[in-house]
Amino acid sequence: MSGVRVLVGTRKGAFVLTSDGKRAQWDVSGPHFAGWEIYHLKGSPADPNRLYASQSSGWFGQLIQRSNDGGKTWEPVGKEFVYDGVPGTHQWYDGTPHPWEFARVWHLEPSLTDPDTVYAGIQDAALFRSSDAGQTWHELSGLRRHTTGPAWQPGAGGLCLHTIVLDPSNAARIYVAISAAGAFRSDDAGKTWRPVNRGLRSEQIPNPTAEVGHCVHRIAMHPSRPGVLFMQKHWDVMRSDDAGESWHEISGNLPSDFGFPIDVHAHEPNTVYVVPIKSDSEHYPPEGKLRVYRSRTGGNEWEALTNGLPQRDCYVNVLRDAMAVDSLDACGVYFGTSGGQVYASADAGDSWAPIVRDLPAVLSVEVQTLP
Amino acid sequence: MIRVVLPQHLRTLARVHGEVTLAVDGPVTQRSVLDALEVRYPVLRGTIRDQVTLQRRPFVRFFACERDLSHELPDSPLPDAVATGAEPYQIVGAMAGG
Repeated sequence: MSGVRVLVGTRKGAFVLTSDGKRAQWDVSGPHFAGWEIYHLKGSPADPNRLYASQSSGWFGQLIQRSNDGGKTWEPVGKEFVYDGVPGTHQWYDGTPHPWEFARVWHLEPSLTDPDTVYAGIQDAALFRSSDAGQTWHELSGLRRHTTGPAWQPGAGGLCLHTIVLDPSNAARIYVAISAAGAFRSDDAGKTWRPVNRGLRSEQIPNPTAEVGHCVHRIAMHPSRPGVLFMQKHWDVMRSDDAGESWHEISGNLPSDFGFPIDVHAHEPNTVYVVPIKSDSEHYPPEGKLRVYRSRTGGNEWEALTNGLPQRDCYVNVLRDAMAVDSLDACGVYFGTSGGQVYASADAGDSWAPIVRDLPAVLSVEVQTLP
Repeated sequence: MIRVVLPQHLRTLARVHGEVTLAVDGPVTQRSVLDALEVRYPVLRGTIRDQVTLQRRPFVRFFACERDLSHELPDSPLPDAVATGAEPYQIVGAMAGG
């Protein structure tokens, strides 16, 4: 019988939640890497037993862990993320030049076809790739060396490359997003890059429609329609129908268009999920009601999904990497909160229940649908 | 033999229990002890010192003989009591939140 494995990264370790296809009873294992921040862990689409995890600590720095047995056992692999050449500077918060410095790995994106190839998005913003299962890492430095690079400025969480989207129809096409530089696309497997931010509008920067400087929070794609992208920006929910060449706003009737995660239903490319957050300074749901919003029309028309979610006195946040979907029928939707809950819906969002309620603050949620 | 005490998280990472003992060739300094430690346990590279600059990580401290050696030069000799194995060289996670 098919099942699901939910990979949860938290401020104090990783947890692996497993269930059969009914998704009613769950086994919880963890904490793995107890006491360490697990910004992200994700499985290979080509080999579900191959997992990668980003493990970091303010005391002891960055490690990468790899599992070959679906998270039962782990081994540390390569952790040297050395910028290519002399990295130069980007802008600091006060506008002065600041040297590019490695801080941590925010996101790991395994190749769609090769379990030994994996991409890493790091802070300060750069994209690395390993083709030997995480043993060694090499920067795809065309991104950081883009002519706009010296002008990139960090968002509140640092200058981080947090989103990596691989195009399943075109192995040479990669999208990334950087806070607060914006979205970028490569059409040559990461050698060269260009900003794809036309149509974004950010009132928090001097030129609201600038080529770069936008705080993109997350980009999602349905694999059957790779030219259509959905974006949750610092403010505004956006859509592109031309592979990022242009964007238009689809916030519609959302109670707030600020938020972090965005994801797409596994079987309905026009069904999109977001979690509205009150504002950039008030990182909790409007009115203290935790609501996932679903659009079945590809945006603009949104419905609140509340069944099973707290509808009073709820002041948690849901971070950018903390929402995912499974590909069972019906599609399962999952998200984790800063309060340590991981909620699951086995009916595409119509109803929700917590799998766990009291984990450390959740940083990331990924789901594997198992045969 | 040099005795080294690792913080709990690094003992877990290196899969060791209790103190680590190391043979160090030549002068016993912080650099030579850490070099020997990282040769024995490559997984610890980058967790105590930056992998490229070899600078102490900001929230790691080095103690021995009830002294804080964190700001000593890396090639300064360690106390005789550490060099003879009478006292351990302690690597400590700083009291800094968490």
